[in-house]
Formats: sequence, C-alpha cells, structure tokens
Amino acid sequence: MNRAIYARRRLVNGTFLSLSVAAALVGMIALALILYALVVNGVQALSPTLFTLDQPAPQSIGGLKNAIYGSLLLNAMAIAIGTPIGIFAGTYLAEYGRHSWTAFFVRFANDILLSAPSILIGLFIYVLMVPRMHGFSALAGSLALAIIVIPVVVRTTENMLLLVPNTLREAAASIGAPRAISIRAVTWRAARAGIVTGILLALARISGETAPLLFTAFGNPNTSFNILGPVGALPLTIFNFFNSAYDDWHRLAWAGALIITAAVLTLSVFARLLEGRRS
Amino acid sequence: MADIALSDTSATTERATALRRFSRSDAVFRFFTRSSALAILAIFAGILVTLIGGAWVSITQFGVGFLTTSTWNPVTEKFGAWPAIYGTLVSSAIAMILALPLGIGIAIFLTEICPRQLKRPIGIAIELLAGIPSIVYGIWGLFILAPYFQVNIEQHVIDWFDGIPVLQSLFAGPPYGIGLFTAGLILAIMILPFIASVTRDVFETAPPMLKEAAYGTGCTTWEVMWRIVLPFTQSGVVGGAMLALGRALGETMAVTFVIGNAHTHITANLFAPATTISATIANEFAEALGNVYPAAIIECGLILMGLTFTVLAAAQLMLRGFERRAGGRSA
Repeated sequence: MNRAIYARRRLVNGTFLSLSVAAALVGMIALALILYALVVNGVQALSPTLFTLDQPAPQSIGGLKNAIYGSLLLNAMAIAIGTPIGIFAGTYLAEYGRHSWTAFFVRFANDILLSAPSILIGLFIYVLMVPRMHGFSALAGSLALAIIVIPVVVRTTENMLLLVPNTLREAAASIGAPRAISIRAVTWRAARAGIVTGILLALARISGETAPLLFTAFGNPNTSFNILGPVGALPLTIFNFFNSAYDDWHRLAWAGALIITAAVLTLSVFARLLEGRRS
Repeated sequence: MADIALSDTSATTERATALRRFSRSDAVFRFFTRSSALAILAIFAGILVTLIGGAWVSITQFGVGFLTTSTWNPVTEKFGAWPAIYGTLVSSAIAMILALPLGIGIAIFLTEICPRQLKRPIGIAIELLAGIPSIVYGIWGLFILAPYFQVNIEQHVIDWFDGIPVLQSLFAGPPYGIGLFTAGLILAIMILPFIASVTRDVFETAPPMLKEAAYGTGCTTWEVMWRIVLPFTQSGVVGGAMLALGRALGETMAVTFVIGNAHTHITANLFAPATTISATIANEFAEALGNVYPAAIIECGLILMGLTFTVLAAAQLMLRGFERRAGGRSA
C-alpha cells in the first residue's frame, strides 16, 4: 500500500520534471528555428551594396541605405531626447522623492509605460504632432521612440542608484558637498555602469520597434536627414517589403531583418556583459 | 585690527555667496529631476487625453454600441470594434494557455533541475528570445511557421476532430495557415521568455529553509515546487503572467503578419482569419480617410489602452505586493 503511494509520487515527480525539461527544450528549439531561418534567408541577400544604395524599384538593384541611415538618425535622436529625461526622473525617484506620493505615482505610470503597447505610443504622437506639423517627420518618429526609451532608463537608473550605499552619500554630505554635487559626482559615478546598461537596453529595444514608426516617421525611399520630413527606418522597410508581392524585396527584407536582429542581440549581450562585470 | 575685521567680513560674504550659489544650483538640479519625473505623468495623461480627443467623433457617433457591433465598413462609415476586441482577447488567451505552463516549466527547470554550468547559457538564450524584434517573429510566422502549419498540422487536426461536437467547430476547415490560432502560437513564443524569466526570479525568492524543510520530510522535487514554492510565490507568478498578458494584448507586428486581417463574422473556428485591435490600427490607420474612419481606429486604440493598462496596473500591484511580502520575510 505504502509502496503504491511511493511509486505514484515518484511517477508524478518524474512526469512533471520531464515536462519542464521538455519546456526548456521547446524554448531552445524555438530560438534555434527562428535564428536559423533568419540566417539562411538573410545571408543570401547580404552584400556591400546594402549599405551604399537606396531602396530599389521592384526588379532592380538596390540596397537599404535609406532605411539604415534613417534608423540611425531616429535612434540617435530618441536616445538624445529620452536619456536625460530618464536619468533625471530616475534620480528624482531614487534621491529626492523616494517615499513621496509623487514618486509613487510616477513609478506606477512608468512601469505601465514600460510595457504599454508601442502602437498606442505611435498613435499618440500621430494625433499630437502629425496634423499640426502637416506631415510625417523624423522628429515625430524619434519622439515616439523616446517615449519608449524613457521608462527603460528611469527603471534602470532608479534601481542602480538605490544600490549605491548610503554611506557614500553621507561621506559626501560630511565634507560639505551640496546635494546636487554629491549626486553628480558621487552617486551617478558609482552607478555609471548600470545606467549605461540601461541606455544600451533601451537602444536595443527601440532598434527593432516598428509599430510606433508607422504613422510618425512613415518611411522614405530616399536617404534623408531632414528631421522635419519623413525618413526611412529598417523595421518599416521590412514591414513594407514583406507586404509587397516582389521576391527581390522579400530578399532584401530578410537581409534587413538579419541586420536588425544581429544589432539588437549584440547590444543586449553587450549590455549584459557590462552589467555582469559590475556585479 | 581693522584689517582683520575687514578680511573677516569679506570671508563671510564670500561664504554666503558660495552658499547661495550652491543652494541655487541645488534648487535648479532638483527642479530638473522633479520636472522630468512629472513629465512621465504628463506623458501618461497625455496618451489618455489625446486618444480620447482623437476618438471623440467616433465615441459620440457610435456610443456604447461601438463595443458590441461587428460592422466595419469604411464606405458607409459604420464601425464596430467587436471583431477586433474578440480577436485580441482570443489570440491572447491562446497565447497564455500555451505559454504559461511552458514558461513555468522553464522556470522550474532553471531553478531546480538545470546543472549549474548550463544555467547561465540557457538563461541567456531565454533572454535572447525576448530580445528578438517582434517584426522578426511576424515574418518568421508568416513565411516559415504558417505554411508548415497549414499543410502538416491544420489539415490533420481538422480531419481528426471532424464529427466531435465542440472540437469540430473550434478547429474547422479550410486550413489557411494564418488565423487566430497561428497568431496565438506566435504570441506564445514571444511572451514565453517574459513568463520564464519573471517566474524564475520569483521562484528564487522562496526561502531555502522552507524548501529544505520540505525536502527533509521526504518531499519530491515536484512536491516542493507545487506545495511549497508555488504557494509562496503565487502572487508573483500571477503578476508575471499578467505582465505577459499585457504584452500579448498589445503586440502588433508579430500578430499583423499572421492574423489574416478579416473584420467580419466571428465564428468559433480558431483556424479562421481574424483581426486584433493592434493589427487593425497598423494596417488601416495610414489609409483611413475622412473624419469618422480614423476616429473609429483611434477609439479601437483607446479600448486597447483600457485593456492593457488595467491588466498592467493589476500586474504591478501584485508584483509590488509580492516584493514587499517576500522582502519582509527573507529579511
């Protein structure tokens, strides 16, 4: 009798543990299948002209230069706009506000924005800016991306500043350093690696974003650096090319997808390494 | 004497000016950090207000009926969001049903079974899965998964279930490859790493003493997970799951490619093409002309915002509560 119960418990244990090994395998296999498809299809279209030619008309030779430069422009502007706001807000939460009601609400709003559907952010910036500015623009696109950057930077900045030991702050105060100077010269410096990790993660996150750019940056078949006009972006080009019926556009889009994924994964691995080295 | 007194006062005034300068720069710095923090609240409120403003034409014209009607006709300018809401809810439900057990399984594997040397590489692989841009999931779903699924799985499933009461209407032909179920499947793969990594982090907060005590009474690994760790971490796991649900509801690019973008007639058939709110916005907003059509799409966005923000807020509250509780216990 006892033996029967014992056998049953072992069976249940064995079954569920095998199932969780299987779950891990499923995850690994999914990752492998996606990366495999991406590499196999993407490598075929990789060539130096990808970086030197603009988007082609169907059935002719071309590259992704307009999209790559557009993405670089949008990402740079989004980081430039989003990072200072994010770092300042994170500093407020960790240094000044800590237990205040303001900080409570800001934290709450921030954590929701962190996972908010990015298409809503695109819609928001569209309604706010595009009709007023009489058209799509790189500025609108980068603002939409900046709204995605901010919560990521706020969260990591706050967490990293909270890890800085209070004795450092007290030491700064004891030699008479004003609060603002002690934050800039002591706590920021102590948390620098972590804050940079946050910025890299934010960059990785926006590099693959398509939805917020659909009605803001819109896309542009030519290379453009005019921040008041529409610009291309890699994810937009991929979306548009795959929605077309042309095989050569599909091939270019696979190459674009490979480039983006490689960039995003490199960035996030790099960010993790930076984080790992610190701890 | 007079000299000393003079230099003394100049030192005090110097000190006073320095202090004034410091306190001014302190105030300026504090002002900037505080305004940046308030900017986040402003963005949050701005999204809500802007979307309500943008949707106003549609809100006043269709009223509450917008939520329940299924017409979507840009020509006659009659719109109802029910098919999109239905598609959003059902595709996310499919994703959760598939991803939740898998994600918890992975977390159990990582915390209890995995050899120490493999923990880090597998953890990194899971995070890579989370880092892949959603549009890549979309194209992989459309060009690799859907054709395979259509030929090798959907057809067989339809044949097997033919004649079985409920199942035959849930899985009915013809096999398109794309549709609600495929969208749910892609979403499941996308949210799997979120569930796995949150659940793993939450499992690791379970006090070792509790687990060791359970092992000491002769519990199997599964019994320790099921009776000790899961009850202890319950609200954290539920919070993590809701966070993933929030992402699934709003995910756009992965879904747009594989959902099929069909607005009309809801059937029980999970293999049928459908649409979601996010796919509707992504596909139609750029081409929406007139006053009513864009407003109707923005109102869809407003509904999506209501859905996701509620789910995400609940997730935050549960995770906060859990952190406080777990933090309090382990301290």
